[in-house]
Amino acid sequence: MSLKIPVSTTDHAQGNLNADLVIVEYGDYQCSYCGAAYPVLKKLLKKFSGEVKFVFRNFPLSEMHEYALPAAIAAEAASLQDKFWEMHDAIYENQQYLDDLYLFKMAEEIGLDMEKFKSDIQKEELANKIDADFQGGVISGVNGTPSFYVNGKKFDAGAEDLFKLFIK
Amino acid sequence: MLEKNTVAPDFTLFATPDQKVTLSEFKGRNVILAFYPADWSPVCSDQMALYNEMLKYFKKYDAELFAISVDSKWCHLAFSQSRNLHFPLLADFEPKGGVAKKYDVYNENEGQCNRALFVIDKEGIIQWSYKSPTAVNPGADGILDTLENLKIK
Repeated sequence: MSLKIPVSTTDHAQGNLNADLVIVEYGDYQCSYCGAAYPVLKKLLKKFSGEVKFVFRNFPLSEMHEYALPAAIAAEAASLQDKFWEMHDAIYENQQYLDDLYLFKMAEEIGLDMEKFKSDIQKEELANKIDADFQGGVISGVNGTPSFYVNGKKFDAGAEDLFKLFIK
Repeated sequence: MLEKNTVAPDFTLFATPDQKVTLSEFKGRNVILAFYPADWSPVCSDQMALYNEMLKYFKKYDAELFAISVDSKWCHLAFSQSRNLHFPLLADFEPKGGVAKKYDVYNENEGQCNRALFVIDKEGIIQWSYKSPTAVNPGADGILDTLENLKIK
């Protein structure tokens, strides 16, 4: 199974953007497995930030997780103020409190311009981007969250196993 | 497992405690059959959760999704309500696994369906079939690929 939508500049990326090793996560902000993977990925990125480019794509299971889509929209809206990762991290770090109000609170805490944020979350283009991420994920064989791709190939194991990629 | 270009065997199964679904009534539309081992087991639930999100995409291809397991209609009802599923779960309950056997995806040892997918075209012909290892959620990419090809044809 391989990644059908190549990583591009429209993706949210961190780490070394020119690294040879590229990890893509398809994630859902309300998914507890993604929540459990979050600190592991954080640790991995801290340890190997020079060696890896990490990309996050949206895969909200919105029928099962009421706040997955609102959270994804909030993170995309934060991205319009260059604070995608701040919002992404804030949501995963407070996953147990996630609801609509809490998203506004987090937006405020990470210092977003709230007027702009409130107007941006209404934008159809954000919903369309999330939908495009989801569709791209499905055709690439995403079957649940989190799903990881390493250099374009599906990685059928958990976040902890990603550390093995760095053993030389 | 029945392969491509086989006529899909017809069946009638309970979809709810008082409603039955007959496959041949869906001629003229594409049909996706997802056989799965059991309600409530973790991998199936993931698979069903994914398909629940996929319905709008299936609709674009004029495709109807039915998931089938040997669980009873009452079990399906509880499972469906608990997961907020928006597609029918068919009960292959009496005779147990009768439909799964016709499609050759019944696991006699476990007394359950294998995890298998079929895409049936508007004429009732199987256009794609896939058997997944029981513990692996097969995703939806194969289904979408097939539906896309059917659209082009």
